[in-house]
Order: sequence, then C-alpha cells, then structure tokens
Amino acid sequence: MIPHSAILKPSSRTFVPDPGRAPTEDYHELIFELEKEGEWEVQRVPEPYIEVHNKYGRTKKIPLQKTWHHKSCGQCGHIPGYSTAVFWINRKLGLDYIDPTDQTSCTAWNYYASATSNAAAQAAVAMRNFAAAAETGYFPIIHCATSFGHYKETRQQLLHSPELRRQVREILAKLGKKLVMPEEIVHYSEWVHAVRDRIAEHQVVGMDHIRATIHPACHYHKLVGEDAVYADEIHGRQRSAIITGLLQALGIDVRDYSTWHDCCGFGFRHILVSRDFSRSFAVQRKIEVMKEEADPDVLITHDTGCVTTLDQSQFAAKAHGRNVGLPVMSDSQLAALAMGAHPYKVLQLHWHSTDNKPFLDKLGIDHKARWAEFEAAVAELRSGAKQYLTWEDCDV
Amino acid sequence: MGLDLSGRQYANVPLQEKQRLFDEVKADLRYDDYLFGCYECGICVAACPSARFYDFSPRKIAQTMAREDVDLFYVMLNDSVWDCSQCFSCDVCPRKNSPGGLITLMREVAVKNGLPSAQQALEGYGRVVYKIMATGTQVSPDMLQDNAFPDWGPHVKDISQNLDVWRRALPPDTMHTTETSWRVDDKTIHELYLIWHMTGVMDMIKEVDEGLFMILQDVMEERLEDAGYDVSFD
Ligand code: SF4
Ligand code: SF4
Repeated sequence: MIPHSAILKPSSRTFVPDPGRAPTEDYHELIFELEKEGEWEVQRVPEPYIEVHNKYGRTKKIPLQKTWHHKSCGQCGHIPGYSTAVFWINRKLGLDYIDPTDQTSCTAWNYYASATSNAAAQAAVAMRNFAAAAETGYFPIIHCATSFGHYKETRQQLLHSPELRRQVREILAKLGKKLVMPEEIVHYSEWVHAVRDRIAEHQVVGMDHIRATIHPACHYHKLVGEDAVYADEIHGRQRSAIITGLLQALGIDVRDYSTWHDCCGFGFRHILVSRDFSRSFAVQRKIEVMKEEADPDVLITHDTGCVTTLDQSQFAAKAHGRNVGLPVMSDSQLAALAMGAHPYKVLQLHWHSTDNKPFLDKLGIDHKARWAEFEAAVAELRSGAKQYLTWEDCDV
Repeated sequence: MGLDLSGRQYANVPLQEKQRLFDEVKADLRYDDYLFGCYECGICVAACPSARFYDFSPRKIAQTMAREDVDLFYVMLNDSVWDCSQCFSCDVCPRKNSPGGLITLMREVAVKNGLPSAQQALEGYGRVVYKIMATGTQVSPDMLQDNAFPDWGPHVKDISQNLDVWRRALPPDTMHTTETSWRVDDKTIHELYLIWHMTGVMDMIKEVDEGLFMILQDVMEERLEDAGYDVSFD
C-alpha cells in the first residue's frame, strides 16, 4: 500500500503542455469555422477579458463583466446564498451583470436522473438560453457545474452533428430565435478564479490560519475536460486550478487528501430517491478521508450537487457516530465572506446543514450578533415594515 | 442481491425484442462517440463511485456493448443502468469510451419503450419531472420539507416553516419565489413547452408515467392556449 505521506507530499513535477500536441480538438476552431459556413453565430467574449489556460495550454477567455448569469435551480432553490454570493462579489467589485428571468434551468439534473428527455430537447433548451443571453448583449456565465458539463457535451454534439444543428436551428426559428454559440462556455468558478487577486485586494477577514480541503466537481473537470482551467503554479498543472487558486490567494492552507479525484456521490437520482448511496459515498470516500488525512476547518467546492451532497449527508452519519462535522460551502460564499459579506444576509448559511459556527469562530466572526441582525431584518419583513431584503441592506 | 448476469430472468423475452432495443441504442447519433471497443482494463471501474457500493461495473457495460451481446445488454438495460451516478468519472477511459454516456442512451431507450424496470426506477420521481417540465426549474424551495428530507437535519424544518419570509430575505429580487428557484418569465415557459412539444419528450413521459403525462398535458395546453398557441400533446 502506498503510504498517505507519499500522496500528501506536494509534487515538484510540473506538466509542461504544448497546445500543438493536444490529444483533443480545439473547439474554438470548429466553432468559428461553422460560423463562417453560416451554420450559427458566435457570441464573442466581451472585452476586457482575462486569459487563463486549459490543461493542454490552450487559452480560454473569461469575461470580467457584462455577464448574463445562468442560474442553478439547486443553488437558488436550496442553497440560495451560493448564487447570492456570486452577485454580491460582482456588485462589490463594481462589475456589470444581468440576473435574467428569461432563463430556464438546463434541465440536466433531471435528464441525468431520469432520462426523460433526448439529445434534441436538451440541445434546444441550452441554445434557447444562449440565444436569450445573446439578445441582451451580455455573455453567459454558468453557475452550475451540471449545466456547465451538459452544455459542453451539447456543444460537442452540435459541433459534430449537422443533423442536430439543423433540428435545433429549426426549433429555435419557430421560437423566433437564432442559433448562437458562445465563444466559451464559462463556469462562474472560473470567473472567481480569474478575479481572485481583486477579491484578495478586498479581503477584510484574515484566513492565514485556516486549513481547507477542496472538492472539484466531476462535470467540471472530467466531462469534456477540454474546457477546465489549469495553471503551472497550482498543483503543478496535475489538477484543475479552480478553487485552490482562490484559496491560496486568500492565504488559506489548502490540504491534499487521497480521494481528491473521487466523485461526491450526488448521483442525480440517488440524492433524491436513493440517498443511502449518496450519503455512504460522501461520508466514507470524501468527508472521513479529508478529516483523517488533512484535518481541515472547512471544505470548499464549486457545484450545486457537491455542496448539497457533502453538506447534507453529514447529519445522518453523525447519528451513526461517523467522523463527520466538516462545514461545506462554495468558493463564492467563502470569497464573499473574506470580503466582509454578512454570513446570513448574503451567505445565507442557515440553509446549510453541518454546523459552521466553529469555523466562523475561528475567523473571529461574531455569528450570534450576525444572526441577531438577520433575525431583526426578518422581523421587519414579518411585520410588513419592509417587503424584501435588498442589496442596500447588504452594503453593496 | 447481486446482479444476475445469466440472463435467465429474461429468457422469455424474445431475442428479436432485445435486438430491437439494442439497435435503438446503437442508432443514437452519440453512440459512435461513446464506444470505440474496450481493453477490459477496468480503469473506469476504479474511478466509478457506483461500483463501490453496488454490484455495478462500467467495464461490463462497455464490454457488453462492444461485444454486441444482446442478451447481456438486456440484463444491463433492466438491472444495472439505474445504479449509475452519471458523474462521467469513467470518461478517463484510455480507449476514449464513455460508459456513462452509453448508460444515458440506454436509459433513454428504456424510458422511451416504457420498460417496467424504468417505470420502477422512476417511481417517486414524478414530482421532480413535473417541476422541471412545467415550471422550468427543478429543485424548488418548497420541495424542502422535513418529511421528504428527514435525514438532512433539523434545518430543513426551519426552512419549510420560514419559507416565505426567508425567501423574501434574499437580496436578489429574482429569488423571492417559493414554487420555482427563481422567477421565470411566462414567455420563457411557453418556449420551454414548445421545445418539449417539438422534440417528442412528452411521448416519452406518456410511456413511463401516464398519470404524470396527463397532469403535464393539462397544465401545458392550458397555459399555451392562454398565450394564444394552439398546441396539443396528444
Ligand atoms: S471502458 Fe475503457 S476504461 Fe473501462 S475497461 Fe473498457 S477500455 Fe478500460
Ligand atoms: S458515469 Fe456511471 S459508470 Fe461512469 S463512473 Fe460515473 S457512476 Fe460509474
């Protein structure tokens, strides 16, 4: 058996990529070729953009602003502080964005769970959303890794199937929409990564004494891995750079563990109708391994399903005496927290399961006082003195 | 109980029927991108979360399909594909297969043909299908009920009891909703219904859950009619 110490020791080896020798095709070339042939329009990443790289060294453009936020139903529905934090960071940095209502879910959670759909329907849903974004002139940025993964898959299918393109073009025409492919499919966590130095410039909560583990979403870096972001200085390019880059910029000690590449156990259908599997996997293959090997204060991830599974699975496991009790949040929530966001009005941590108060204590955040402020705001809503909490109530 | 690979349980299903379903999977435009043969190396199994807790193997799926073993295919189609987590960790395959992708296609064929195993796998799932197809967002805030998620902890009850006011305590004004994850425009919903209509998704629902089909049909036809569309899902 390989000792843990060997796995946990950071490797000094760096993978040096040569884009010219990449084993996969460059989707950019194909997208623009199809535009030339009149098959679709390509929505360009608005300037100024930030350049990052994929694992083969190809450049990916990340828009700084003028972003159209393709929200996640699981985040907005069950972990609302996740998306709220993304918007809050944009506002705090003074960046322009749209939070659209002309947006449906990608419907992929359901598709991966029940298969009650097909390639044409899934592609039409994706391209309807992309067309809606293009109509506003703002560039889509995808909040959910499931949507991100599925849209990458869909793009792959559209790139290689003239028949599917024809079908979807006809469907969109009937809806009065054009077929528009974005130049890049961008996950919000790539944007967080790209602006991590700006986030760090606004950091008001010190995190140098914090230990964290991260979990990368399968649909982010495994499903059509071509789009995922890598960097020389992060894990020697052996692993995707997302989340780790942000945490390091905030001064956090990112700790390794031996099941880093494992899934979280979400399973799409399993988390809803077969949770014994999701719970067992999340606890035994992720949480307990992290606790044992890395002793983190917090676990940071970048997807709806991963936050849900890794956080919500711990309650029942605790009843069985398992080694759990690791708070889980998204990179956006952690970044906002570092920038001084309110843990309840912005991060909405009361929607999470695992106790995060010891973590807030360690950061020196008076959670009792913050909760009292949130309760006072809620009392105003209950009394009718106010109808909604607004951004002005959250200092942005 | 382990997976019975003998095929005895389906001995009474005619080979022709198994072949028909196999051919349907093979005819999908994605099939050729998902299977290039199989080294039988098991790398996909090492990466697979479902293989750790079920008698389940992405290698067996890829191998079965590559060998075109229609009897075994029928066993997998009924007794194995619903164990998959659809995480695509198996895309690590050195042969460039996607066993998870093959499973997506197999599930789709199982649903489209209304196989009893698919109906059973989707039991209890109808409400989710309803949400996504009828409202445009899937896991809405009002689905967080303590009787649905008793194992997630006491905060679920707090959320459901405070749902309306806690939703109003969200600063983005698109998220004050309780029945959907965010506010979706009527026009957007109509477009979604038209997509379901034009792509035959409702026919799939009909095969697998007639009751759900009828509820969805009522809701969609009425909303489309109010918006001036003359569309029938029959
Ligand atoms: S599907 Fe790929 S990874 Fe799995 S056994 Fe076959 S060749 Fe190996
Ligand atoms: S997609 Fe399915 S078969 Fe592939 S690794 Fe995930 S659970 Fe296993």
